[in-house]
Amino acid sequence: MTLSTNEIFDQICDIMQPFNQKSVDIKQETTFATDLELDSLSVMDMLAAIEDHFDVTVPLNILPDLETVGQVAEAIKNILDE
Amino acid sequence: MTLDLFEKFDATLDSFNQLPQGDLNPFTVKMDEVLSPTEAIINGRKTILAGTNNYMGMTYNEECMEAAENALRNFGTGTTGSRVLNGTYYGHKHLEETLKDFYDADHAIVFSTGYQANLGVIATLAGPKDYVVIDADSHASIYDGCAMGNATVVRFTHNDPENLEKRLARIRKKDPEAGILVVIEGVYSMLGDQAPIKELAEASKKHNASVLVDEAHSIGVFGKTGRGVAQEQGVEHLVDFIVGTFSKSVGTVGGYCVSNHPKFEVLRLVCRPYVFTASLPPSVVASATKALELIKDSNLRVKLLENSMRLNKGLADAGFEMGTTGESPIAAIIIDTQERAIAYWQRMMQEGVYVNLAVPPATPNGLNLMRCSLSAAHSFEQIDYMLEKFIAVGKELGVLG
Repeated sequence: MTLSTNEIFDQICDIMQPFNQKSVDIKQETTFATDLELDSLSVMDMLAAIEDHFDVTVPLNILPDLETVGQVAEAIKNILDE
Repeated sequence: MTLDLFEKFDATLDSFNQLPQGDLNPFTVKMDEVLSPTEAIINGRKTILAGTNNYMGMTYNEECMEAAENALRNFGTGTTGSRVLNGTYYGHKHLEETLKDFYDADHAIVFSTGYQANLGVIATLAGPKDYVVIDADSHASIYDGCAMGNATVVRFTHNDPENLEKRLARIRKKDPEAGILVVIEGVYSMLGDQAPIKELAEASKKHNASVLVDEAHSIGVFGKTGRGVAQEQGVEHLVDFIVGTFSKSVGTVGGYCVSNHPKFEVLRLVCRPYVFTASLPPSVVASATKALELIKDSNLRVKLLENSMRLNKGLADAGFEMGTTGESPIAAIIIDTQERAIAYWQRMMQEGVYVNLAVPPATPNGLNLMRCSLSAAHSFEQIDYMLEKFIAVGKELGVLG
């Protein structure tokens, strides 16, 4: 079964809840650094949780391009479709 | 209006400018005279050096200095050339032979710095279709080696074999034929913790990945003959590449990689950080060679770890929140804020003790540390003096209750 980007986004939002200490309402354009105020360590832990949930590898090489939750959902979609 | 190329550094510059300028700035401190491996004159004051990674005190070893002097007289101040052109002298080959003997390895290549050794080996070994899998707390030289190469880079949780295995399994499922290089460090420099090499290497071998261990902070310090943590843990047979530096225990500068891989020597032709840089000066190469010979048969590591345990235990007993345990030559206390850490560092300098102010991103977990690296050359009197000052400043700044 292939997941849609929206389904992936919803699942990512669930995974992110423990990291969302400021209880920000997460949208596609929510950014990790500015909106969620996550430090690089928390971002890494969160990405590890996302990798494990979807059973995918998110290479370090693409991280600089991922600033928003929507972009991560899109990247996971692309990796799953490969 | 042309965009100023330096504008991107404004935030860095702003925070730097908030630090006190002049003598008590931790990033511009200058040693006017160096008296020994453990003492220097800074700001006109005799200061104990408690953070130089000079683990064996080799910088002033008489035999090393004599070897360096002889090489300087006989071969000059520098090679003015790359290893593959005019920059390979008798001394460079002799140093590589000494390394092969030291590690009981088939091949050894010397680089001009430890940083370049990691940069060169990682970027060259892992090509476009390969993977590099690194510990999340890796040194900047490992991250930069990844950035320079074309491989896919994957991180695993610090010192977590299960997390590594999961990532390797995922890579293998997708890419059964890919080359994989797993990179770990023997000792992590900030908190002095050792990698569980056996478990990490076994997970790697299970998925047919090669293992590189960076022993920068462990050569000389661990293992029966000072080879590092892989030797200490009895797992050298599981390691494919060992990288290290001459800039800590060996007391000079330079880097190396040793391996038993039958095709290893081809790196001399394809590894750009090896090819396109000047080779080490003859005096440096001579003192490194002598230091390796001395380290092999030395019992200095016993004294070094005694020194470290003395400081670590003293700090822990005084009630500091510790980042280290004393099992490596590192002693670090955790300070709650960066401002207080900077103040701490300045007060220690005024009291005649030079320690390392270690703050993110150089530290793991966002920690602010007062970090010491002990030397076998420290006397117990010097360590007790450091301890006394740590406690006095800790009370003064409210770090100790």
